[in-house]
Amino acid sequence: MRTDHIKYRIGKSKGFRILVFVLAFACMIPLAAILFYIIKAGIAHINWDFLVNIPRPVGEKGGGIVNALLGSILIIALASLIAIPIGILAGVYLSENSKSRLAYWCRLSVDILQGIPSIVIGIIAYFWLVKPLGGFSALSGSAALAIMMLPIIVRSTEETLKMLPPSLKEAAFALGMPFHRVIFKVIIPVGISGILSGVMLSIARITGETAPLLFTAFGNPYLSGDVTAPVQSLPLLIFNYATSPYNDWHDLAWGASLILLVWVLFLNIFTKLISAKWKVQL
Amino acid sequence: MESTIIKSRNFNASFGSNHVVKNVNIDIPRNHVVAVMGPSGCGKTTYLRCINRMHELIPGATCRGMMTINEEDIYTMHPIFVRLKIGMVFQRPNPFPNLSIYDNVIAGYKLNGIKLARAEKDRIVEHSLTRVALWNEVKDSLMKKGAFLSGGQQQRLCIARAVAMEPEVLLFDEPTSALDPISTSTVEDLFHELKANYTLIIVTHNMQQAARVSDKTAFFYMGELVEYELTKDIFTNPRDSRTQNYITGRFS
Repeated sequence: MRTDHIKYRIGKSKGFRILVFVLAFACMIPLAAILFYIIKAGIAHINWDFLVNIPRPVGEKGGGIVNALLGSILIIALASLIAIPIGILAGVYLSENSKSRLAYWCRLSVDILQGIPSIVIGIIAYFWLVKPLGGFSALSGSAALAIMMLPIIVRSTEETLKMLPPSLKEAAFALGMPFHRVIFKVIIPVGISGILSGVMLSIARITGETAPLLFTAFGNPYLSGDVTAPVQSLPLLIFNYATSPYNDWHDLAWGASLILLVWVLFLNIFTKLISAKWKVQL
Repeated sequence: MESTIIKSRNFNASFGSNHVVKNVNIDIPRNHVVAVMGPSGCGKTTYLRCINRMHELIPGATCRGMMTINEEDIYTMHPIFVRLKIGMVFQRPNPFPNLSIYDNVIAGYKLNGIKLARAEKDRIVEHSLTRVALWNEVKDSLMKKGAFLSGGQQQRLCIARAVAMEPEVLLFDEPTSALDPISTSTVEDLFHELKANYTLIIVTHNMQQAARVSDKTAFFYMGELVEYELTKDIFTNPRDSRTQNYITGRFS
């Protein structure tokens, strides 16, 4: 009876181990399935012409997504330009003054900001930027995306800098360095790998955002580098072309999906490489 | 000829409502080694950190009273100038982990944005590393990161970094408590060398070290300065019973 019970317990324990293993394995299935399906559907449409041409009108074969690709790069570069300096410096403030009242409210606001649906940010950007400026533009799209990047950059910077030993800062202060040089020459360079991975993750996060761009960058069937004019972007192109009734356009959307997916994968892998390579041994 | 460089009068320091340094009066003579000893929590490190205004970096920390260097009030000077005149070496070696040995030595110039000619930098690096007896050990690996040195070497690198700025006073906060005995004796030997050019204030909870390296010794107990005398007097003929108890090991 006793040995039976122990055997039962050993069996249960073994079952639980297997369950945990299977569930961990199951977490990889969605990504693998998505990758498999999109590569299968998109790979056939990707070639040099696809990358350097703008889309053709309905009925004409071929055409590419260069307008969306460059548009996405433009919007993301602008958004980064806005969000990275603000995010990093706000993160510095939070780690330096973690107990101040401003830090409390700033942290709370940033956390809530992270939870705001992207479509709401799009609508706000529409009312605050697109309407006053008189039209859809790349700039207003970038501003909407910058708002989405901010929380990730702020919090990852804060968490990274909090991990640095206080002795490091003391060493710098004891040499008579002013605060801004301590931050720019010592604290940020030592924490650079953590800060950069936050930046990369935030870029990966906004790369696929569609909702805020619907109201701001709007989309453009032609190539445009004008920040005050509407521009195309990959997620917008996918949204518009995938919901169209034309098969040619569906193919473009599949190809664009694959490009977007590869981009995000690449960013994530790059982030891991950066954080390993630039990690400063303390 | 003995002249006072650091002087404090009725100096007090607190963390919030915790009064840790009480009414301290000290005259530190130029080009001497002064040891500050006492049991843990007696306020000796806090007092040291008040001298170059590192104390105020801790939130909630305050201080009152007078502290001067060369008759100039440290607390009306800008902290940056204070720290350029008064260098500091910490308990644990803290070289900048992202900089090479070479850059660590000139960190005070490099990170402060002071431009120097290459030859001048080379001279400062060699001079400072020679002063701390590290030159021969690292001269072939100056471009390696400072974090790969041994603990004793790292600490000497930190001393070189402080020395490179040519301060007048060097503060040492238990500089050897994280080091092994051999490194400790190398660092202690340095104090005698450095005395010729700098005034050294060394916090230690190790009495033997105080006796070995210092000219004068201050004994702190419960935040008060109990006794401040020539080292040979304080160890052979202490006037206060608390000092006597401490150096005879009746409490620690």
